[in-house]
Amino acid sequence: MSDAQQPTDDGGPGDDDFEPIQVFPEAGEMDLRPGADNCYKCSTCDTNCPVAEVDDEFPGPKFQGPEQWRLKRQDDHDIDDSVMKCSNCMRCDSACPSEVPLSQMHNTARAEYVEENMSKLSREYWRNRMLANYRRLAPLGSMFPRTTNFVMGLSATQWLGEKLLGITGEREFPEFATETFREWWTKRGGAQVQNPDKRIAYFHGCYANYNPPEVAKALVRVYEHFGYEIMVPDQHCSGTPMFANGMLEDARRSAETNVRELAWALEDGADIIASCSSCSMSLRQEYPELFDFEGTEDVAANTWDAVEYLRVHEDLEAELEGTSVGDEFDDFAYHAPCHARNQGLDGQTVEVLEAIDGIDAHDVGDSCSGISGTYGWKEENYETSMKIGAEMFEHMEDADAKAGLTECPTCSMQMEHGTGYEITHTLEVLEAALVGPAAEADGQ
Amino acid sequence: MAIEDDVLVIGGGLAGATAALAAVDEGAQVRLVSHKQSTLRNASGLIDVLGYTPAGNGPLVDPFEALADLPEGHPYERVGLEGVREALAFFDEIAGDAYDGGHTDANALVPTHGGTVKPTARYPVSTAAGLASDDRDTLLVGFETLPDFEAPLAAAHLEAAGAPFAARGVTVRFPGVVRDDAKVTRYAHLLDHDETVETAAGETTARDALADIVRSQLEDESRVGFPAILGDDHADAVRADLAERLGVDVFEVPMGPPSLPGLRLEDLLYDALEDAGVRVTTGVPVIEYKTDTSGRIDHVVVDRNGTEIPHHADQYVLATGGLVGKGVRSERKRVFEPIFDCHVPHPADRYDWFVDDVFGDQPYARFGLPVDRDLRPLDPGDEPELSNLRAAGAVLGGYDFAAEKSGSGVSLATGYVAGQRAGTEAGQ
Repeated sequence: MSDAQQPTDDGGPGDDDFEPIQVFPEAGEMDLRPGADNCYKCSTCDTNCPVAEVDDEFPGPKFQGPEQWRLKRQDDHDIDDSVMKCSNCMRCDSACPSEVPLSQMHNTARAEYVEENMSKLSREYWRNRMLANYRRLAPLGSMFPRTTNFVMGLSATQWLGEKLLGITGEREFPEFATETFREWWTKRGGAQVQNPDKRIAYFHGCYANYNPPEVAKALVRVYEHFGYEIMVPDQHCSGTPMFANGMLEDARRSAETNVRELAWALEDGADIIASCSSCSMSLRQEYPELFDFEGTEDVAANTWDAVEYLRVHEDLEAELEGTSVGDEFDDFAYHAPCHARNQGLDGQTVEVLEAIDGIDAHDVGDSCSGISGTYGWKEENYETSMKIGAEMFEHMEDADAKAGLTECPTCSMQMEHGTGYEITHTLEVLEAALVGPAAEADGQ
Repeated sequence: MAIEDDVLVIGGGLAGATAALAAVDEGAQVRLVSHKQSTLRNASGLIDVLGYTPAGNGPLVDPFEALADLPEGHPYERVGLEGVREALAFFDEIAGDAYDGGHTDANALVPTHGGTVKPTARYPVSTAAGLASDDRDTLLVGFETLPDFEAPLAAAHLEAAGAPFAARGVTVRFPGVVRDDAKVTRYAHLLDHDETVETAAGETTARDALADIVRSQLEDESRVGFPAILGDDHADAVRADLAERLGVDVFEVPMGPPSLPGLRLEDLLYDALEDAGVRVTTGVPVIEYKTDTSGRIDHVVVDRNGTEIPHHADQYVLATGGLVGKGVRSERKRVFEPIFDCHVPHPADRYDWFVDDVFGDQPYARFGLPVDRDLRPLDPGDEPELSNLRAAGAVLGGYDFAAEKSGSGVSLATGYVAGQRAGTEAGQ
């Protein structure tokens, strides 16, 4: 090649620092161009999309991400309404071999669609807003739990929900706890262990607070068993259902509170622990991708899954060696939630439970449960949700177990809905093995 | 404390999975960590050993005969003929009935979606009835919504290449697919579950409707080839069902990415990993390593969405892939291996990394790690970089898998040898 043909960026004398990438204008708040440019259209993401496999109206993550981003460079295109068909399972993220931030692109596209193209007067908008902000309604439910549970369980309510709001009547609403986790925590006098050297801040999220709080109580007992001082900071929703519904501004408000409160806990020497795999996903990945409050990166880097933290900071497996759970639990059909899979936690539960005598967790494979938070609650998605879930239901029934195990509250609802099995959270099993039956521990 | 295992394999493609399976066979506790999905999803699913010599001679009839003449430093030269043969036997054991070709040393010629033939040592059973050495006349069926496979062109190309049979291609509409850009998984799902579809004649099932359409196109051909979308989880049943309805043999033509035969191979390997008790962690990268006082790797750090998790093992296998898999990366002024910063020989001037002829003898295609005969990466002074690290698969240098058609074979052979030695050494 002659010199004349060579691009001039080859570094002539004096221009050592020249990088051709600098010809592009400085990036704004969120520059998705490098991510879009990384896409070489191998379509690996499309083969991982559980929605595209069963829904003919969904064009897949490659379109929703880099292709739509490019289309949008000219101002003559709106975001395609199919973006609302994405369930936000985020499987495309860990599929992409080329570092394209697919879920970040989907989250921003969805937010733009809701902002620019969805009527603020539409039933869809208000239904989604309500589902996304479940945390704001949940305190009402918890204030009058018996009444709420009675009313929500009425077939008339379900019929109305479907007709009026577009919430499927096929599912039963989760019951509200008669005593929330935070009420229980206050009543027991907060932390029972003081330890400036081993301190955690528990991000319980909404479900473990307002709905069955057994998971949160199990976490408290397991961590106190290991001598940890537990802090329960003020907190809002993690934002997961808001991202999934394109309510980015709602999510921003919640995230701002969470980052502020959790950053304070970090200053007190605590690490942040979550028991819900979507909450930990949100704090670890979505916050730094979408927001830049002070402390966001710090909070992300110091957030852990509850079981993972004990594995790294304690010798959890040695502690579990030789323990048993008595008659409380038998073998489980285990489903790894997509959001746990995205954090590299897919094999963890099966590995940890190997140490406990008398029970096994049988992995039911890598398929998505199909409910994806609020997605499967929408009337128009119910059928797709159940089609996606069919593979998991089948594998659960084939597994040598009569009960289910998972770490995600909505996966748990879907597993129960599809098989009728009782579904447990891994922390409840650890509690039974390390502390004893929950009933006895309640005396604490 | 760290997550503890005897052997840690980094990378979840063909080389990594094979290494993990070979190590667990030696009695070690093995973990496989894979960041993104492996390039198996882009792979044809064919298991080649050597189709052409590095000088471009071929297609080779017997790939094993040609191994002795490979240059020093080629991955096959490092593991030797025995290593390659043992690795293939190991693969045959894992694959069972899912693959054919183990009955002979000779390469099989499998028609591709472009109508060329690819020399390969093993092939998925779904492609078996389509071999180009078989002289039965062939109908190739493409779909309007699947432009990756242009059946009439592929048929014409096969005939022009001198295939010993008559080939004809037709393009039809796939029943039940309504999108122009439906994913290959959508076609496979419809056939796997034999879903109800609408046709002009009314409601029927996907397999029935497809068989009806193809039957009307069939003349006196005794086999029919489809693009490789005939089912995913139940591919054997889909193929058998179509063959029965059509009364002729049915085969798949391997496609470009994303590829169902590659996906099925991945499933097969991951099922074997689960059965063998290998612990698998996916979706998170290994980002750095720490050495102990003797200079061995003490542990590596896995980045879990920002949190750093130490993973400790006695032996490590690096199987992170080549330039496409990002096990070898390049910047404007250097080519490097990102985790252990192992030595990657390459010219200082980047204009010497490539030649202008796209299909010419590209230097970059051979970029990768040089290794000793124990598969330990070597530093510029030809000494092992780290005594408990081995490398396998496309991260290795000294060969051009695309030109030689040796990608799967090298991954298998080096994965097998690296895994076996790591497993043995971890047990000592």
